[in-house]
Amino acid sequence: MMSRLRSIRRRIDWGGIGLYTFLTAFGLLMLMPLVYLASTALKPISELFLFPPRFFVMNPTMVNFRDLLLVTGTSAVPFIRYIVNSIIVTAGIVGGGVIISALAAYPLAKHNMVFKKFFFDLIVASLMFSPLVLQIPQYLIMSKSGLMNTYFALILPYLAAPVGMFLMVQFLRQIPDALLEAARIDGASEWKIFWSIVMPMLKPAIATFALFSFISAWNDPYPAMVYTTSENMKSLPLAIQTIQGGAGVIARVGTFAAASFLMIIPTLLVFIGTQRMVLQTMAHSGLKE
Amino acid sequence: MIAEKTETQAGAVMARSESRFKKKMQLFWADVKRSKVSLLFVAPFLLLFTLFIVVPIIISVSLSFSYYNILESPRFIGFSNYKLLFIEDDIFMQAVGITLKFAIITGPIGYIMAFLLAWLISQIPTKYRFFYTLCFYTPSIASGTAMSVVWLYMFAGDRKGLLNHWLIQLGIFDEPFLFLQDIRSIVPVIVIVSLWMSMGVGFLAFLAGLQNVPTDLYEAGDIDGIRNRWQRLWYITVPSVKPQLLFGAVMQVVASLQVFDISVQLVGLPSPLYAGHTILTHLFDYAFIRFEMGYASAIAVVLFLLMMGLNRLIFNLLGRD
Repeated sequence: MMSRLRSIRRRIDWGGIGLYTFLTAFGLLMLMPLVYLASTALKPISELFLFPPRFFVMNPTMVNFRDLLLVTGTSAVPFIRYIVNSIIVTAGIVGGGVIISALAAYPLAKHNMVFKKFFFDLIVASLMFSPLVLQIPQYLIMSKSGLMNTYFALILPYLAAPVGMFLMVQFLRQIPDALLEAARIDGASEWKIFWSIVMPMLKPAIATFALFSFISAWNDPYPAMVYTTSENMKSLPLAIQTIQGGAGVIARVGTFAAASFLMIIPTLLVFIGTQRMVLQTMAHSGLKE
Repeated sequence: MIAEKTETQAGAVMARSESRFKKKMQLFWADVKRSKVSLLFVAPFLLLFTLFIVVPIIISVSLSFSYYNILESPRFIGFSNYKLLFIEDDIFMQAVGITLKFAIITGPIGYIMAFLLAWLISQIPTKYRFFYTLCFYTPSIASGTAMSVVWLYMFAGDRKGLLNHWLIQLGIFDEPFLFLQDIRSIVPVIVIVSLWMSMGVGFLAFLAGLQNVPTDLYEAGDIDGIRNRWQRLWYITVPSVKPQLLFGAVMQVVASLQVFDISVQLVGLPSPLYAGHTILTHLFDYAFIRFEMGYASAIAVVLFLLMMGLNRLIFNLLGRD
């Protein structure tokens, strides 16, 4: 009897249980603010200002989302315009960035070219500071070139993305050369090799690049704040800041929460869609002296 | 005669070095010509990189030595901006202090937390990993602007604020505490929110690196007498993901010095008594509110050097094999 009990006790993996308990508890704690956001977005007015405050919604309603699309359009610009602006700008940054970086990553990883090490070192060096320190000259360049208040001003400065570029080169480096060599022997041009062999192989790195550049482009309110002056060109995050009315003001909580909720959903979906390929790429993210 | 000889020798050496230089240039041009296709591939990226990263660095540095208010053309004033910055501008020194205090707390904690969580996740079967990855990674991709609705409510200074409500219920506080206005709680609140968002690119790099540590290394370690999880972590896992650790460290340094969004969203610009003022909010204040571009550029250069310097230090510490 005793020995059976002991063997059962031995079979229970306490370490494993502890591990899952900790991860689950901590994971749920991390999710709490997001759950609260979703629940607030669904709260009717009567629940928003309830005392004592409640975490979960009791009678979920879509009224905040309707308000967002109808009522916030009191200014000349309907809310949908901000969403469209954000989609255009994000698509431009992601699409343009992917193509430009993939084009550059190919020779930097696979060709024996001049300045190869120099270019790569430049990219690594630019990982080491935040592009935010360059916002003044970037602004001056934009305002002098007359591109203010255009989509170009919101897209161009963000196309050359060092982190994504670095990941692409690193990923491409570890792919064997055999296919490229075979294509070259068959007489394929570099351009053709790039589109028909390199691009398909790069898929995981492209997904990763897309995820990171999507997140930063979609979430960043500052390009629109700095490069545009017209209400028509505002992006979604900037519009949300306006709804909110600045730090310390808690007005229109419901609409604000609904807008915020709408903003977070796409980033989540993009991550869920790309996560497998992202982890494949990040395995080669290592830096060495 | 001897002198003459050495002279001709010198002449010959010079001629030789000149021709060597010429040969080098020729070789270089041959290289460039040979790499023509490669360079064409790189060209679009390089053009944008130069225009929006390299040129701005040069402009920043030169503007930092001048007075420039956008309306008049820049005027060279030497080191005045820097002198003003470090000697007269008390608020800047306060901002540096807050930024460093913030970086010293969130940098290491966020970094270690990201690594440990990634390591714990790598201990469980693959099919369950995604759920936990999602739990920890999602906060870092959730827009700071969007999340401020939650934080403003959670830390709200009246009885309806969630944290105040809970603390009063538990009997810890008698009356609501102004978390977002009190200078004692502003930095801690920003730290908490940043830590919540800190499982970002570095976390993913760790996770990916940890999944790819070859299993035979662990087997070899077991034979060599490694006894428990912790020894395994320290002697095998950490050395094999060192490159990812370095990458993550670089990302963490940049992220912890660029705190801006959260501060502006939660405590405003300027924050009460400048208690949440960071180097970047100071920069933004001078650049886009007061339009003192020269002075703001000096701030940018200081921040740039701070980031580069810290990262070089980290490279020297972690980068050695």
